[in-house]
Amino acid sequence: MSKRRVIPGFGLSLGFTVIYLSLLILIPLAALFLKAAGVGWRGWLELLTNERVLAAAKLTFGASACAAALSTVTGLLVTWVLVRYRFPGRRLMDAMIDLPFALPTAVAGITLTAIYAPNGWIGAYLDRIGIKAAYSPLGIFLALTFIGFPFVVRTMQPVLEDFTRDTEEAAATLGAGRWTTFRRVVLPALMPALITGFTLAFARAIGEYGSVIFISGNLPYKTEILPLLIVSKLEEFNVPAAAVIASGMLIISFALLFCINLLQRWLNWQPR
Amino acid sequence: MSISIHSIHKTFGTYKALEDISLEVPNGSLTALLGPSGSGKTTLLRIVAGLESADPGPGRILFHGENVVDIPAGKRQVGFVFQHYALFRHMTVADNISFGLTVLPRNQRPSRNEINDRVAELISLVKLDGLHQRRPHELSGGQRQRVALARALAIRPKVLLLDEPFGALDAQVRKDLRRWLRLFHDEIGLTTLFVTHDQEEALELADQVVVMRNARIEQVGPPQKIYDHPRTPFVYEFLGNVNKLVTPDGVTRYVRPHEIEVKFAAELDLQTDRLAEVQHLFSAGPVASLSVRADDGQFIEVEISRKQLEEMALSVGDKVALGLPATS
Ligand SMILES: Nc1ncnc2c1ncn2[C@@H]1O[C@H](COP(=O)(O)OP(=O)(O)O)[C@@H](O)[C@H]1O
Ligand SMILES: [Mg+2]
Repeated sequence: MSKRRVIPGFGLSLGFTVIYLSLLILIPLAALFLKAAGVGWRGWLELLTNERVLAAAKLTFGASACAAALSTVTGLLVTWVLVRYRFPGRRLMDAMIDLPFALPTAVAGITLTAIYAPNGWIGAYLDRIGIKAAYSPLGIFLALTFIGFPFVVRTMQPVLEDFTRDTEEAAATLGAGRWTTFRRVVLPALMPALITGFTLAFARAIGEYGSVIFISGNLPYKTEILPLLIVSKLEEFNVPAAAVIASGMLIISFALLFCINLLQRWLNWQPR
Repeated sequence: MSISIHSIHKTFGTYKALEDISLEVPNGSLTALLGPSGSGKTTLLRIVAGLESADPGPGRILFHGENVVDIPAGKRQVGFVFQHYALFRHMTVADNISFGLTVLPRNQRPSRNEINDRVAELISLVKLDGLHQRRPHELSGGQRQRVALARALAIRPKVLLLDEPFGALDAQVRKDLRRWLRLFHDEIGLTTLFVTHDQEEALELADQVVVMRNARIEQVGPPQKIYDHPRTPFVYEFLGNVNKLVTPDGVTRYVRPHEIEVKFAAELDLQTDRLAEVQHLFSAGPVASLSVRADDGQFIEVEISRKQLEEMALSVGDKVALGLPATS
Protein backbone atom coordinates (compact mmCIF):
# COMPACT_ATOMS: atom_id res chain seq x y z
CA MET A 1 0.00 0.00 0.00
CA SER A 2 1.50 3.27 -1.00
CA LYS A 3 0.94 6.56 0.80
CA ARG A 4 -1.48 8.80 -0.97
CA ARG A 5 -0.09 12.11 -2.01
CA VAL A 6 -1.89 15.32 -2.70
CA ILE A 7 -0.35 15.73 -6.11
CA PRO A 8 -0.57 12.53 -8.12
CA GLY A 9 2.04 11.06 -10.40
CA PHE A 10 4.97 11.14 -8.01
CA GLY A 11 6.68 8.26 -9.80
CA LEU A 12 6.22 9.88 -13.15
CA SER A 13 7.45 13.31 -12.08
CA LEU A 14 10.45 11.85 -10.26
CA GLY A 15 11.33 9.85 -13.33
CA PHE A 16 11.07 12.95 -15.46
CA THR A 17 13.22 14.91 -13.03
CA VAL A 18 15.95 12.29 -13.01
CA ILE A 19 16.05 11.96 -16.79
CA TYR A 20 15.94 15.70 -17.28
CA LEU A 21 18.73 16.36 -14.81
CA SER A 22 20.79 13.55 -16.33
CA LEU A 23 20.46 14.86 -19.84
CA LEU A 24 21.07 18.44 -18.86
CA ILE A 25 23.67 18.23 -16.15
CA LEU A 26 24.97 14.80 -15.24
CA ILE A 27 25.79 13.41 -18.68
CA PRO A 28 27.63 16.51 -19.93
CA LEU A 29 29.58 16.67 -16.68
CA ALA A 30 30.40 12.99 -16.84
CA ALA A 31 31.64 13.48 -20.38
CA LEU A 32 33.80 16.33 -19.15
CA PHE A 33 35.38 14.22 -16.43
CA LEU A 34 35.82 11.32 -18.83
CA LYS A 35 37.71 13.57 -21.22
CA ALA A 36 39.77 14.93 -18.37
CA ALA A 37 40.58 11.45 -17.10
CA GLY A 38 42.31 10.80 -20.39
CA VAL A 39 45.43 12.68 -19.32
CA GLY A 40 46.05 10.53 -16.25
CA TRP A 41 47.03 11.55 -12.71
CA ARG A 42 50.34 12.95 -13.74
CA GLY A 43 48.74 15.14 -16.38
CA TRP A 44 46.21 16.43 -13.84
CA LEU A 45 48.85 17.26 -11.31
CA GLU A 46 51.02 18.98 -13.85
CA LEU A 47 48.20 21.08 -15.27
CA LEU A 48 46.69 22.05 -11.97
CA THR A 49 49.96 23.09 -10.38
CA ASN A 50 50.96 25.09 -13.42
CA GLU A 51 51.83 28.66 -12.38
CA ARG A 52 49.59 30.25 -14.95
CA VAL A 53 46.61 28.08 -14.02
CA LEU A 54 47.14 28.74 -10.33
CA ALA A 55 47.33 32.48 -10.89
CA ALA A 56 44.13 32.38 -12.93
CA ALA A 57 42.40 30.27 -10.26
CA LYS A 58 43.42 32.65 -7.50
CA LEU A 59 42.16 35.58 -9.49
CA THR A 60 38.88 33.91 -10.47
CA PHE A 61 37.92 32.71 -7.02
CA GLY A 62 39.33 35.77 -5.23
CA ALA A 63 37.68 38.37 -7.44
CA SER A 64 34.42 36.39 -7.43
CA ALA A 65 34.34 36.21 -3.64
CA CYS A 66 35.13 39.91 -3.28
CA ALA A 67 32.55 40.88 -5.88
CA ALA A 68 29.90 38.65 -4.29
CA ALA A 69 30.67 40.16 -0.88
CA LEU A 70 30.29 43.70 -2.20
CA SER A 71 27.11 42.73 -4.06
CA THR A 72 25.72 41.32 -0.84
CA VAL A 73 26.27 44.52 1.10
CA THR A 74 25.07 46.90 -1.60
CA GLY A 75 22.30 44.48 -2.57
CA LEU A 76 20.97 44.56 0.98
CA LEU A 77 21.04 48.33 0.96
CA VAL A 78 19.29 48.66 -2.39
CA THR A 79 16.68 46.07 -1.49
CA TRP A 80 16.02 47.88 1.76
CA VAL A 81 15.37 51.11 -0.10
CA LEU A 82 13.18 49.39 -2.70
CA VAL A 83 11.09 47.56 -0.15
CA ARG A 84 10.82 50.09 2.63
CA TYR A 85 10.46 53.42 0.91
CA ARG A 86 7.94 54.79 -1.54
CA PHE A 87 9.41 57.35 -3.91
CA PRO A 88 8.87 58.43 -7.49
CA GLY A 89 10.78 56.20 -9.87
CA ARG A 90 10.79 53.23 -7.53
CA ARG A 91 9.21 50.89 -10.07
CA LEU A 92 11.65 52.02 -12.71
CA MET A 93 14.53 51.33 -10.36
CA ASP A 94 13.07 47.95 -9.51
CA ALA A 95 12.90 47.05 -13.20
CA MET A 96 16.44 48.30 -13.76
CA ILE A 97 17.82 45.76 -11.28
CA ASP A 98 17.18 42.98 -13.77
CA LEU A 99 19.08 44.60 -16.61
CA PRO A 100 22.34 42.73 -15.93
CA PHE A 101 20.30 39.52 -16.31
CA ALA A 102 19.01 40.53 -19.72
CA LEU A 103 22.01 42.31 -21.17
CA PRO A 104 24.34 40.11 -23.25
CA THR A 105 27.40 39.89 -21.05
CA ALA A 106 29.63 41.01 -23.90
CA VAL A 107 27.67 44.24 -24.13
CA ALA A 108 28.12 44.74 -20.41
CA GLY A 109 31.84 44.10 -20.77
CA ILE A 110 32.28 46.51 -23.63
CA THR A 111 30.28 49.22 -21.89
CA LEU A 112 32.12 48.84 -18.62
CA THR A 113 35.43 48.91 -20.45
CA ALA A 114 34.45 52.09 -22.28
CA ILE A 115 33.61 53.78 -19.01
CA TYR A 116 36.52 52.55 -16.93
CA ALA A 117 39.27 52.61 -19.54
CA PRO A 118 41.95 55.24 -18.86
CA ASN A 119 40.22 57.54 -21.39
CA GLY A 120 36.66 56.65 -20.29
CA TRP A 121 34.21 58.78 -18.28
CA ILE A 122 35.13 57.43 -14.92
CA GLY A 123 38.40 55.75 -15.80
CA ALA A 124 39.95 59.11 -16.68
CA TYR A 125 39.40 60.44 -13.18
CA LEU A 126 40.57 57.23 -11.59
CA ASP A 127 43.63 57.31 -13.82
CA ARG A 128 44.46 60.79 -12.60
CA ILE A 129 44.60 59.60 -8.98
CA GLY A 130 46.66 56.61 -10.03
CA ILE A 131 44.00 53.93 -10.05
CA LYS A 132 43.93 51.65 -13.03
CA ALA A 133 40.37 50.34 -13.32
CA ALA A 134 40.15 48.63 -16.70
CA TYR A 135 42.74 45.98 -17.66
CA SER A 136 43.38 45.16 -14.00
CA PRO A 137 41.94 42.86 -11.33
CA LEU A 138 39.89 45.86 -10.19
CA GLY A 139 38.15 45.89 -13.58
CA ILE A 140 37.36 42.19 -13.28
CA PHE A 141 35.99 42.83 -9.84
CA LEU A 142 33.76 45.62 -11.21
CA ALA A 143 32.39 43.44 -13.99
CA LEU A 144 31.65 40.59 -11.59
CA THR A 145 29.90 42.98 -9.20
CA PHE A 146 27.74 44.20 -12.06
CA ILE A 147 26.54 40.75 -13.04
CA GLY A 148 26.19 39.36 -9.50
CA PHE A 149 24.26 42.17 -7.90
CA PRO A 150 20.74 41.33 -9.18
CA PHE A 151 20.96 37.87 -7.63
CA VAL A 152 21.30 39.37 -4.18
CA VAL A 153 18.47 41.85 -4.67
CA ARG A 154 16.08 39.28 -6.04
CA THR A 155 16.88 36.85 -3.24
CA MET A 156 16.50 39.46 -0.51
CA GLN A 157 13.40 41.15 -1.81
CA PRO A 158 10.73 38.61 -0.83
CA VAL A 159 12.39 37.99 2.51
CA LEU A 160 12.53 41.66 3.35
CA GLU A 161 8.97 42.22 2.20
CA ASP A 162 7.98 39.46 4.55
CA PHE A 163 9.95 40.95 7.38
CA THR A 164 7.43 43.33 8.81
CA ARG A 165 8.09 46.65 10.44
CA ASP A 166 6.31 45.30 13.53
CA THR A 167 9.33 43.28 14.41
CA GLU A 168 11.56 46.34 14.51
CA GLU A 169 8.93 48.27 16.41
CA ALA A 170 8.69 45.46 18.92
CA ALA A 171 12.43 45.78 19.49
CA ALA A 172 12.02 49.54 19.86
CA THR A 173 9.31 49.28 22.52
CA LEU A 174 11.55 46.83 24.37
CA GLY A 175 14.21 49.52 24.58
CA ALA A 176 16.60 48.51 21.80
CA GLY A 177 18.29 51.31 19.87
CA ARG A 178 18.54 51.36 16.08
CA TRP A 179 21.92 49.71 15.87
CA THR A 180 21.04 47.00 18.38
CA THR A 181 17.84 46.34 16.51
CA PHE A 182 19.71 46.01 13.25
CA ARG A 183 22.43 43.82 14.70
CA ARG A 184 20.29 41.54 16.85
CA VAL A 185 16.94 41.47 15.09
CA VAL A 186 17.15 42.46 11.44
CA LEU A 187 20.48 41.03 10.37
CA PRO A 188 20.08 37.54 11.87
CA ALA A 189 16.64 37.25 10.36
CA LEU A 190 18.01 38.16 6.94
CA MET A 191 21.19 36.11 7.26
CA PRO A 192 20.01 32.95 5.47
CA ALA A 193 18.78 34.98 2.51
CA LEU A 194 21.97 37.01 2.48
CA ILE A 195 24.03 33.84 2.32
CA THR A 196 21.89 32.48 -0.47
CA GLY A 197 22.27 35.75 -2.36
CA PHE A 198 26.01 35.68 -1.82
CA THR A 199 26.20 32.10 -3.02
CA LEU A 200 24.30 32.80 -6.20
CA ALA A 201 26.36 35.89 -6.99
CA PHE A 202 29.55 33.99 -6.22
CA ALA A 203 28.64 30.99 -8.35
CA ARG A 204 27.63 33.23 -11.21
CA ALA A 205 30.87 35.20 -10.97
CA ILE A 206 33.07 32.12 -11.05
CA GLY A 207 31.65 31.06 -14.39
CA GLU A 208 31.43 34.56 -15.87
CA TYR A 209 33.26 34.96 -19.15
CA GLY A 210 31.71 37.44 -21.55
CA SER A 211 31.82 40.64 -19.53
CA VAL A 212 35.23 39.96 -18.02
CA ILE A 213 37.31 39.30 -21.11
CA PHE A 214 36.77 42.81 -22.41
CA ILE A 215 37.66 44.68 -19.27
CA SER A 216 40.39 42.41 -17.97
CA GLY A 217 42.99 42.81 -20.72
CA ASN A 218 43.70 39.07 -20.36
CA LEU A 219 47.33 39.23 -19.37
CA PRO A 220 48.60 35.78 -18.38
CA TYR A 221 49.55 35.59 -14.68
CA LYS A 222 47.93 38.98 -14.09
CA THR A 223 44.40 39.41 -15.42
CA GLU A 224 43.59 36.08 -16.93
CA ILE A 225 40.59 34.22 -15.51
CA LEU A 226 40.01 30.47 -15.55
CA PRO A 227 37.16 30.44 -18.07
CA LEU A 228 39.38 32.39 -20.48
CA LEU A 229 42.22 29.96 -19.93
CA ILE A 230 39.88 27.12 -20.76
CA VAL A 231 38.79 28.83 -23.95
CA SER A 232 42.36 29.46 -25.03
CA LYS A 233 43.24 25.79 -24.42
CA LEU A 234 40.29 24.90 -26.63
CA GLU A 235 41.49 27.28 -29.30
CA GLU A 236 44.82 25.47 -29.23
CA PHE A 237 42.79 22.26 -29.74
CA ASN A 238 44.08 21.05 -26.41
CA VAL A 239 40.72 19.64 -25.33
CA PRO A 240 42.03 17.36 -22.55
CA ALA A 241 43.81 20.27 -20.84
CA ALA A 242 40.67 22.39 -21.07
CA ALA A 243 38.69 19.52 -19.60
CA VAL A 244 41.12 19.11 -16.71
CA ILE A 245 41.04 22.80 -15.80
CA ALA A 246 37.27 22.81 -16.10
CA SER A 247 37.01 19.74 -13.89
CA GLY A 248 39.27 21.23 -11.27
CA MET A 249 37.25 24.40 -11.33
CA LEU A 250 34.08 22.42 -10.97
CA ILE A 251 35.37 20.46 -8.01
CA ILE A 252 36.52 23.56 -6.16
CA SER A 253 33.27 25.37 -6.91
CA PHE A 254 31.27 22.44 -5.70
CA ALA A 255 33.32 22.17 -2.51
CA LEU A 256 32.89 25.88 -1.81
CA LEU A 257 29.16 25.84 -2.42
CA PHE A 258 28.86 22.79 -0.25
CA CYS A 259 30.67 24.55 2.60
CA ILE A 260 28.40 27.55 2.31
CA ASN A 261 25.46 25.21 2.46
CA LEU A 262 26.84 23.68 5.64
CA LEU A 263 27.31 27.13 7.10
CA GLN A 264 23.68 27.86 6.40
CA ARG A 265 22.66 24.65 8.15
CA TRP A 266 24.86 25.54 11.04
CA LEU A 267 23.05 28.84 11.45
CA ASN A 268 20.19 26.51 12.24
CA TRP A 269 17.48 28.84 11.26
CA GLN A 270 14.33 27.56 9.76
CA PRO A 271 11.95 29.70 7.79
CA ARG A 272 8.55 30.11 9.40
CA MET B 1 -0.21 53.65 36.46
CA SER B 2 -3.03 55.72 34.94
CA ILE B 3 -2.99 56.98 31.37
CA SER B 4 -4.56 60.35 30.51
CA ILE B 5 -4.97 61.33 26.92
CA HIS B 6 -5.77 64.98 26.21
CA SER B 7 -6.96 66.31 22.86
CA ILE B 8 -4.83 64.16 20.59
CA HIS B 9 -5.09 64.64 16.85
CA LYS B 10 -3.46 62.60 14.11
CA THR B 11 -3.51 63.15 10.37
CA PHE B 12 -1.89 61.00 7.70
CA GLY B 13 -1.41 63.38 4.79
CA THR B 14 -4.88 64.83 4.56
CA TYR B 15 -6.63 61.90 6.17
CA LYS B 16 -7.76 62.46 9.75
CA ALA B 17 -7.11 59.27 11.66
CA LEU B 18 -7.80 60.74 15.11
CA GLU B 19 -9.76 63.85 15.96
CA ASP B 20 -9.58 65.43 19.37
CA ILE B 21 -9.27 62.28 21.44
CA SER B 22 -9.41 62.64 25.21
CA LEU B 23 -9.59 59.65 27.48
CA GLU B 24 -8.82 58.56 31.03
CA VAL B 25 -7.56 55.03 31.61
CA PRO B 26 -7.71 54.50 35.38
CA ASN B 27 -4.84 52.86 37.19
CA GLY B 28 -5.16 49.08 37.17
CA SER B 29 -8.09 49.02 34.80
CA LEU B 30 -8.63 46.82 31.79
CA THR B 31 -9.89 49.19 29.11
CA ALA B 32 -11.08 48.18 25.66
CA LEU B 33 -10.88 50.35 22.57
CA LEU B 34 -13.78 49.09 20.52
CA GLY B 35 -14.73 50.15 17.03
CA PRO B 36 -15.04 49.07 13.44
CA SER B 37 -11.85 48.62 11.47
CA GLY B 38 -10.37 51.90 10.29
CA SER B 39 -11.80 53.86 13.22
CA GLY B 40 -8.35 54.74 14.53
CA LYS B 41 -7.90 52.30 17.41
CA THR B 42 -4.48 51.05 16.42
CA THR B 43 -3.31 54.58 15.68
CA LEU B 44 -4.33 55.71 19.17
CA LEU B 45 -2.61 52.73 20.77
CA ARG B 46 0.56 53.39 18.78
CA ILE B 47 0.57 57.01 19.84
CA VAL B 48 0.27 55.99 23.48
CA ALA B 49 3.22 53.62 22.95
CA GLY B 50 5.28 56.26 21.19
CA LEU B 51 5.49 54.32 17.93
CA GLU B 52 3.66 57.13 16.19
CA SER B 53 3.68 60.79 17.10
CA ALA B 54 0.50 62.81 17.42
CA ASP B 55 0.06 65.98 15.41
CA PRO B 56 1.94 68.84 17.03
CA GLY B 57 -0.28 70.98 19.19
CA PRO B 58 -1.55 71.15 22.72
CA GLY B 59 -2.27 67.39 22.82
CA ARG B 60 -0.74 65.56 25.77
CA ILE B 61 -0.38 62.02 26.98
CA LEU B 62 0.23 61.58 30.69
CA PHE B 63 1.43 58.45 32.42
CA HIS B 64 0.57 58.93 36.09
CA GLY B 65 0.57 62.69 35.56
CA GLU B 66 3.87 62.82 33.67
CA ASN B 67 3.77 64.05 30.09
CA VAL B 68 5.39 61.40 27.89
CA VAL B 69 4.82 62.99 24.49
CA ASP B 70 8.52 63.70 24.00
CA ILE B 71 9.75 60.39 25.39
CA PRO B 72 10.69 57.86 22.69
CA ALA B 73 9.00 54.45 22.62
CA GLY B 74 12.00 52.66 24.03
CA LYS B 75 12.01 54.78 27.17
CA ARG B 76 8.28 54.83 27.90
CA GLN B 77 8.29 51.42 29.54
CA VAL B 78 5.20 50.21 27.79
CA GLY B 79 4.56 46.60 27.02
CA PHE B 80 3.20 46.42 23.48
CA VAL B 81 1.71 43.28 22.00
CA PHE B 82 1.28 43.41 18.25
CA GLN B 83 -1.65 42.02 16.36
CA HIS B 84 0.54 39.57 14.47
CA TYR B 85 2.83 38.90 17.44
CA ALA B 86 5.95 40.33 15.78
CA LEU B 87 8.15 37.73 17.45
CA PHE B 88 11.84 37.54 16.59
CA ARG B 89 11.64 34.43 14.52
CA HIS B 90 15.27 33.44 14.58
CA MET B 91 15.30 33.45 18.39
CA THR B 92 14.04 30.83 20.80
CA VAL B 93 11.13 31.52 23.10
CA ALA B 94 13.52 32.21 25.96
CA ASP B 95 15.63 34.62 23.88
CA ASN B 96 12.53 36.42 22.69
CA ILE B 97 11.37 36.93 26.25
CA SER B 98 14.74 38.04 27.58
CA PHE B 99 15.40 40.44 24.70
CA GLY B 100 14.19 43.54 26.52
CA LEU B 101 16.48 42.78 29.45
CA THR B 102 19.56 42.01 27.38
CA VAL B 103 19.41 45.32 25.52
CA LEU B 104 19.48 47.38 28.71
CA PRO B 105 22.58 49.53 29.19
CA ARG B 106 25.30 47.52 30.91
CA ASN B 107 24.94 49.24 34.27
CA GLN B 108 21.20 48.48 34.45
CA ARG B 109 21.32 45.06 32.90
CA PRO B 110 20.57 42.17 35.27
CA SER B 111 23.11 39.38 35.50
CA ARG B 112 22.75 36.31 33.30
CA ASN B 113 21.32 34.38 36.24
CA GLU B 114 18.80 37.03 37.10
CA ILE B 115 17.69 37.16 33.49
CA ASN B 116 17.28 33.39 33.38
CA ASP B 117 15.23 33.47 36.56
CA ARG B 118 13.00 36.17 35.20
CA VAL B 119 12.48 34.26 31.95
CA ALA B 120 11.58 31.11 33.86
CA GLU B 121 9.14 33.07 35.98
CA LEU B 122 7.48 34.65 32.94
CA ILE B 123 7.31 31.36 31.07
CA SER B 124 5.39 29.78 33.88
CA LEU B 125 3.25 32.91 34.28
CA VAL B 126 2.05 32.63 30.70
CA LYS B 127 1.85 28.85 30.89
CA LEU B 128 4.49 27.96 28.33
CA ASP B 129 6.45 25.57 30.51
CA GLY B 130 8.77 23.30 28.60
CA LEU B 131 8.80 25.44 25.47
CA HIS B 132 11.93 27.53 26.27
CA GLN B 133 13.96 26.29 23.36
CA ARG B 134 11.24 26.30 20.72
CA ARG B 135 11.28 28.81 17.94
CA PRO B 136 8.20 30.83 17.05
CA HIS B 137 7.41 28.78 13.96
CA GLU B 138 7.10 25.70 16.14
CA LEU B 139 4.32 27.22 18.24
CA SER B 140 0.57 27.56 17.79
CA GLY B 141 -1.04 30.97 17.40
CA GLY B 142 -2.17 31.09 21.01
CA GLN B 143 1.28 30.13 22.25
CA ARG B 144 2.93 32.77 20.10
CA GLN B 145 0.58 35.36 21.49
CA ARG B 146 1.59 34.41 25.00
CA VAL B 147 5.28 34.57 24.12
CA ALA B 148 4.64 38.10 22.83
CA LEU B 149 2.91 38.92 26.09
CA ALA B 150 5.72 37.49 28.21
CA ARG B 151 8.28 39.38 26.13
CA ALA B 152 6.36 42.62 26.72
CA LEU B 153 6.10 41.93 30.46
CA ALA B 154 9.79 41.14 30.88
CA ILE B 155 10.74 44.81 31.01
CA ARG B 156 8.26 45.37 33.88
CA PRO B 157 6.21 47.85 31.88
CA LYS B 158 4.12 50.51 33.53
CA VAL B 159 1.25 49.93 31.15
CA LEU B 160 0.31 47.10 28.84
CA LEU B 161 -1.00 47.81 25.34
CA LEU B 162 -2.51 45.03 23.26
CA ASP B 163 -3.53 45.44 19.63
CA GLU B 164 -6.29 42.96 18.76
CA PRO B 165 -4.59 40.34 20.87
CA PHE B 166 -6.93 37.58 19.82
CA GLY B 167 -7.65 38.79 16.31
CA ALA B 168 -5.72 36.11 14.47
CA LEU B 169 -6.85 33.15 16.58
CA ASP B 170 -9.69 30.73 16.03
CA ALA B 171 -12.88 30.97 18.04
CA GLN B 172 -12.14 28.40 20.74
CA VAL B 173 -8.59 29.54 21.49
CA ARG B 174 -9.90 33.08 21.48
CA LYS B 175 -12.45 32.36 24.17
CA ASP B 176 -9.94 30.50 26.34
CA LEU B 177 -7.28 33.14 26.00
CA ARG B 178 -9.80 35.89 26.67
CA ARG B 179 -10.83 34.32 29.96
CA TRP B 180 -7.20 33.70 30.81
CA LEU B 181 -6.29 37.33 30.12
CA ARG B 182 -9.03 38.55 32.47
CA LEU B 183 -7.73 36.36 35.31
CA PHE B 184 -4.18 37.27 34.45
CA HIS B 185 -4.99 40.96 34.57
CA ASP B 186 -6.72 40.62 37.91
CA GLU B 187 -3.66 38.82 39.21
CA ILE B 188 -1.02 41.30 38.14
CA GLY B 189 -3.17 44.43 38.14
CA LEU B 190 -1.30 46.17 35.35
CA THR B 191 -3.09 49.07 33.66
CA THR B 192 -4.09 47.57 30.33
CA LEU B 193 -5.45 49.11 27.16
CA PHE B 194 -6.49 46.70 24.45
CA VAL B 195 -7.90 47.11 20.98
CA THR B 196 -10.67 44.99 19.57
CA HIS B 197 -13.35 45.17 16.92
CA ASP B 198 -15.35 42.42 18.61
CA GLN B 199 -18.07 43.85 20.85
CA GLU B 200 -18.56 40.59 22.70
CA GLU B 201 -14.88 40.53 23.59
CA ALA B 202 -14.93 44.11 24.82
CA LEU B 203 -18.08 43.71 26.87
CA GLU B 204 -17.03 40.45 28.42
CA LEU B 205 -13.49 41.41 29.26
CA ALA B 206 -13.17 45.09 30.01
CA ASP B 207 -13.84 47.29 33.04
CA GLN B 208 -14.22 50.23 30.74
CA VAL B 209 -15.20 50.26 27.09
CA VAL B 210 -14.29 53.07 24.72
CA VAL B 211 -16.35 52.98 21.55
CA MET B 212 -14.62 54.62 18.59
CA ARG B 213 -15.97 55.60 15.22
CA ASN B 214 -14.47 57.61 12.40
CA ALA B 215 -11.48 58.92 14.32
CA ARG B 216 -13.57 59.97 17.30
CA ILE B 217 -14.65 58.56 20.62
CA GLU B 218 -18.38 57.87 20.55
CA GLN B 219 -18.95 56.76 24.14
CA VAL B 220 -16.97 55.70 27.20
CA GLY B 221 -18.22 53.72 30.15
CA PRO B 222 -18.49 50.40 31.93
CA PRO B 223 -19.71 47.61 29.63
CA GLN B 224 -23.12 47.18 31.25
CA LYS B 225 -23.83 50.88 31.13
CA ILE B 226 -22.84 51.13 27.49
CA TYR B 227 -24.92 48.14 26.54
CA ASP B 228 -27.98 49.32 28.44
CA HIS B 229 -27.74 53.00 27.62
CA PRO B 230 -26.06 53.49 24.25
CA ARG B 231 -25.76 57.17 23.60
CA THR B 232 -26.03 57.07 19.84
CA PRO B 233 -27.61 54.83 17.21
CA PHE B 234 -24.12 53.83 16.14
CA VAL B 235 -23.25 52.49 19.57
CA TYR B 236 -26.61 50.80 19.75
CA GLU B 237 -26.00 48.97 16.51
CA PHE B 238 -22.35 48.29 17.07
CA LEU B 239 -22.86 46.65 20.42
CA GLY B 240 -24.50 43.83 18.69
CA ASN B 241 -27.85 42.34 18.10
CA VAL B 242 -30.35 45.06 17.72
CA ASN B 243 -33.42 45.59 15.60
CA LYS B 244 -33.86 48.89 13.89
CA LEU B 245 -37.60 49.35 13.62
CA VAL B 246 -39.50 52.07 11.87
CA THR B 247 -42.86 52.70 13.53
CA PRO B 248 -45.90 53.53 11.40
CA ASP B 249 -45.46 57.19 12.31
CA GLY B 250 -41.95 57.16 10.87
CA VAL B 251 -39.93 57.06 14.09
CA THR B 252 -36.85 54.82 14.26
CA ARG B 253 -36.56 52.64 17.32
CA TYR B 254 -33.79 50.31 18.46
CA VAL B 255 -34.98 47.19 20.19
CA ARG B 256 -32.79 44.31 21.35
CA PRO B 257 -34.02 40.82 20.42
CA HIS B 258 -34.64 39.78 24.01
CA GLU B 259 -36.74 42.85 24.73
CA ILE B 260 -39.50 41.69 22.40
CA GLU B 261 -42.33 39.60 23.77
CA VAL B 262 -43.69 36.75 21.62
CA LYS B 263 -47.36 35.77 21.97
CA PHE B 264 -49.86 33.68 20.02
CA ALA B 265 -51.43 35.59 17.18
CA ALA B 266 -54.78 35.25 18.93
CA GLU B 267 -53.47 37.42 21.77
CA LEU B 268 -52.66 40.29 19.43
CA ASP B 269 -53.22 43.68 21.03
CA LEU B 270 -53.84 46.03 18.17
CA GLN B 271 -52.78 49.01 20.25
CA THR B 272 -49.22 47.90 20.96
CA ASP B 273 -48.42 44.70 19.14
CA ARG B 274 -47.46 43.73 15.65
CA LEU B 275 -48.39 40.66 13.70
CA ALA B 276 -45.50 38.67 12.25
CA GLU B 277 -44.69 35.38 10.59
CA VAL B 278 -41.88 33.07 11.76
CA GLN B 279 -39.25 32.70 9.03
CA HIS B 280 -36.52 30.78 10.80
CA LEU B 281 -35.84 29.44 14.25
CA PHE B 282 -32.81 28.07 15.97
CA SER B 283 -31.98 27.30 19.54
CA ALA B 284 -28.59 26.62 21.07
CA GLY B 285 -28.60 26.33 24.82
CA PRO B 286 -31.40 27.95 26.80
CA VAL B 287 -32.06 30.72 24.29
CA ALA B 288 -33.98 30.43 21.02
CA SER B 289 -33.49 32.94 18.21
CA LEU B 290 -36.37 33.62 15.90
CA SER B 291 -36.30 35.47 12.69
CA VAL B 292 -39.74 36.86 11.92
CA ARG B 293 -41.24 39.07 9.27
CA ALA B 294 -43.62 41.73 10.49
CA ASP B 295 -46.80 42.59 8.61
CA ASP B 296 -45.12 45.68 7.14
CA GLY B 297 -42.33 43.55 5.67
CA GLN B 298 -39.55 44.37 8.19
CA PHE B 299 -37.43 41.52 9.43
CA ILE B 300 -37.06 41.33 13.19
CA GLU B 301 -34.74 39.20 15.31
CA VAL B 302 -36.32 37.95 18.51
CA GLU B 303 -34.93 35.93 21.39
CA ILE B 304 -37.14 33.91 23.71
CA SER B 305 -36.33 31.11 26.10
CA ARG B 306 -36.18 27.66 24.70
CA LYS B 307 -38.80 26.68 27.22
CA GLN B 308 -41.21 29.21 25.80
CA LEU B 309 -40.48 28.05 22.29
CA GLU B 310 -41.34 24.48 23.26
CA GLU B 311 -44.46 25.51 25.16
CA MET B 312 -45.75 27.52 22.23
CA ALA B 313 -44.69 24.75 19.83
CA LEU B 314 -43.80 27.30 17.19
CA SER B 315 -42.64 26.34 13.74
CA VAL B 316 -41.75 28.13 10.54
CA GLY B 317 -44.73 29.83 8.93
CA ASP B 318 -46.66 30.33 12.20
CA LYS B 319 -48.17 33.71 12.88
CA VAL B 320 -47.22 35.37 16.16
CA ALA B 321 -47.90 38.63 17.92
CA LEU B 322 -44.89 40.71 18.89
CA GLY B 323 -45.12 42.88 21.98
CA LEU B 324 -42.64 45.74 21.74
CA PRO B 325 -41.39 47.32 24.94
CA ALA B 326 -42.91 50.66 25.82
CA THR B 327 -40.79 53.56 24.61
CA SER B 328 -38.71 55.02 27.38
N1 LIG C 1 0.84 54.95 8.46
C1 LIG C 1 -0.33 55.30 7.92
N2 LIG C 1 -0.37 56.04 6.80
C2 LIG C 1 -1.55 56.42 6.25
N3 LIG C 1 -2.75 56.10 6.74
C3 LIG C 1 -2.78 55.36 7.86
C4 LIG C 1 -1.58 54.92 8.51
N4 LIG C 1 -1.93 54.20 9.60
C5 LIG C 1 -3.27 54.19 9.63
N5 LIG C 1 -3.79 54.88 8.61
C6 LIG C 1 -5.21 55.11 8.33
O1 LIG C 1 -5.83 55.58 9.50
C7 LIG C 1 -7.09 54.97 9.68
C8 LIG C 1 -7.17 54.35 11.04
O2 LIG C 1 -6.33 53.24 11.06
P1 LIG C 1 -6.17 52.31 12.31
O3 LIG C 1 -5.80 53.12 13.49
O4 LIG C 1 -5.22 51.22 11.95
O5 LIG C 1 -7.63 51.73 12.48
P2 LIG C 1 -8.14 50.50 13.33
O6 LIG C 1 -7.03 49.97 14.14
O7 LIG C 1 -9.26 51.05 14.14
O8 LIG C 1 -8.64 49.52 12.33
C9 LIG C 1 -7.27 53.99 8.56
O9 LIG C 1 -8.12 54.54 7.60
C10 LIG C 1 -5.89 53.80 8.00
O10 LIG C 1 -5.93 53.59 6.62
MG1 LIG D 1 -6.10 48.04 13.98
